[in-house]
Amino acid sequence: MLVGFILLMLCQLLGEILVVVSGLPVPGPVAGMLILLIGLMIHGEVPESLRLPAEGLIRHLSLLFIPAGVGLLVHLERLAQEWWILAISLVVSTLVTLVITAWLMQRLQKKQDGAEVMHGDQ
Amino acid sequence: MEINNFWVYFAARPLFWILVTLTVFQLALWLNKKARGHSLAHPVMISLTLIILLLLLTETDYDTYFEGAQFIHFLLGPATVALAIPLYDHFARIRRMLLPILVSCLVGSVTAVISAVGIAWLLGSSTPMLLSLAPKSVTSPIAIGIAEQIGGYPSLAAGLVLITGVIGCLLAPSVFRILKIQDDSVKGFALGLAAHGFGTAYALQMSMLAGAFAGLAMGLTGVFSSFLVPLVVRLAGLG
Repeated sequence: MLVGFILLMLCQLLGEILVVVSGLPVPGPVAGMLILLIGLMIHGEVPESLRLPAEGLIRHLSLLFIPAGVGLLVHLERLAQEWWILAISLVVSTLVTLVITAWLMQRLQKKQDGAEVMHGDQ
Repeated sequence: MEINNFWVYFAARPLFWILVTLTVFQLALWLNKKARGHSLAHPVMISLTLIILLLLLTETDYDTYFEGAQFIHFLLGPATVALAIPLYDHFARIRRMLLPILVSCLVGSVTAVISAVGIAWLLGSSTPMLLSLAPKSVTSPIAIGIAEQIGGYPSLAAGLVLITGVIGCLLAPSVFRILKIQDDSVKGFALGLAAHGFGTAYALQMSMLAGAFAGLAMGLTGVFSSFLVPLVVRLAGLG
């Protein structure tokens, strides 16, 4: 458990350093996630000591959003001014994103499955 | 006067606001269960509403609240790193479906950013608002990082991400019905891409397969977007 936490924070630290050194436009924790993913591929499995704290954190992910989300408080005036723009933009954009992603993924997946079946016949 | 002093003392301790955040969240989980997991009664939305009301009523400013809540906020970093584990777990499946996954994810992420910022820009939104809106389909820990980097308001971005999540869960069933989508991997993927963690939680209620693809889409969208959003912002001349 403790080893897992150390690994997570170590990867985050390495990620933060990598971002500062390379100037990549990625948040440090994301770089840390990629570092951990590469590490896991090299290691070949997820150590139990890492899985426990990692799955605990992921399970309570939505709790971790709250402190930042409460920051909406600071922007209440701004939100009151532009709320209808935000409402239209968020609803339309989310709708369009859902439609395009689902439609494209379904098409591509069918195409690939079809190709695999043909390949299998030969 | 006595009670007032007592309040001032307690409200200033970090412990108090950590405890409030955890307790309100637990209460919200319970309320969500009572509402049979309806997406309008999402525990995060309930918690945000209750805590903001509490802060307004007690005239506590956000900085005081955050002095305590920062200890919860801090865990977002390690939690983001931890997303590598589900990605690793589903790696075999990802590799087989690599091309459809990558193409849909790239197109979906671009659509999410450009449509949100484009519509708000057409309707005359202010630049800081546009910059906070840009990462709205990205899972919050990454969205907060992106907003910080491009000059939006991280806390506003986090809030918009949460609202997007709720909207995505409300719209998804109708979209899937109209497009006649039956494959759970496709449903999950679209949910995770458009509505990040909220969509993933919703997909997990459908099936484990949908949940796995949602988690994957959420992770990939996060990684793509952290490159893509700063690029789009720069190209649009906003950054």
